Amino acid sequence: MVIEKSVLAIITTNKEKVAGGAPIFICNDFDELQKVAANLEAIIDGIAHALSDELFIIVKH
Amino acid sequence: MNEYTMPIVFGVVVGTIGRMMMLRTDYRQYPTYLHGKIIHVALGFIAASLGAVAVPAIMEMNFTAVTFLTVAATQFREVRNMERNTLSEIDDFELVSRGKAYIEGIAISFESRNYLVILTAFVGTLFYLIWNVYMAIIGAIICLIISKVLQSGSTIKDLVDIEYAPPHFDGAGLYVDNIYIMNIGLPERQEEILKYGMGFVLIPKNLNVVNTIAHLGQRQAILHDVSVSLGVFRDSGTPALVPLIKRDLDDGRIAVFILPQIRDREKAIQIIGAVPVLETAIRMPSKSDVRNREAN
Repeated sequence: MVIEKSVLAIITTNKEKVAGGAPIFICNDFDELQKVAANLEAIIDGIAHALSDELFIIVKH
Repeated sequence: MNEYTMPIVFGVVVGTIGRMMMLRTDYRQYPTYLHGKIIHVALGFIAASLGAVAVPAIMEMNFTAVTFLTVAATQFREVRNMERNTLSEIDDFELVSRGKAYIEGIAISFESRNYLVILTAFVGTLFYLIWNVYMAIIGAIICLIISKVLQSGSTIKDLVDIEYAPPHFDGAGLYVDNIYIMNIGLPERQEEILKYGMGFVLIPKNLNVVNTIAHLGQRQAILHDVSVSLGVFRDSGTPALVPLIKRDLDDGRIAVFILPQIRDREKAIQIIGAVPVLETAIRMPSKSDVRNREAN
């Protein structure tokens, strides 16, 4: 089976809510979260999706 | 020189002219320049020769010679493969890919055009031998007109009404009209998309059309054509800036989200309207007996 989409990174300001497989980046506030997400998006050619204000994921499509 | 020389030359010439007429470089950008064209004119010349020579072969009661037309069929199937392979190879490097269905459509038309050339050359030579050169010219012109008519299929604007609908965000979700396109997390990306993006809604005119425009290949063809004609605001490594088409499951409407460099609403509507309907995408549910019985 070919996996077409995968979560490459998780960026959050609330570490209580995340765990598991993908690399997790914990940020202090929303500004930092956005910067980290923007950089990661550019670096790994994925798309930054917002699940909520405190939780972003980078997905490779 | 014998009695067949002039008719054959005539047939070959009109056939080749026919191929040149059908070979035009337009927004599909294919075939583009000299070398691509030379290949097709040369193949058109071969096709025309085959069509023209078939007539004297029949008149000389040399019926087995006509079987070489089967060789022609094999040959032109090869043309189709060649086009398919070339376009598929290139497709990976397009910013917005053509998609397999569109490529198949182009390849089919290359094959069929060669058969039209054979027909034109055949008719030209036949009329020349039966009547005279003037009848042959008339016959050839009729054939060329038929070829021109067969060449152009229907376009998207025959199937749908196209309306402009500006893209907007609801939270992180990008919408065109009420159709969800994708989730964009970063506010700066959202700003880019609102600045450069355009949205269109295609409203199907009847039930047959719903399935045709839902075809993924047809949708990709629309995106490709619009991107070629209006430019595209994206680069490799920016997957967030990707033009997308999504479908409204309730009523079969299609939302087109594009990021053109030329943001001209009217032009974009015309270009979407001029996208060819792919033969492989055409569905005719109204011709299904069972469905019609239940509907009545």
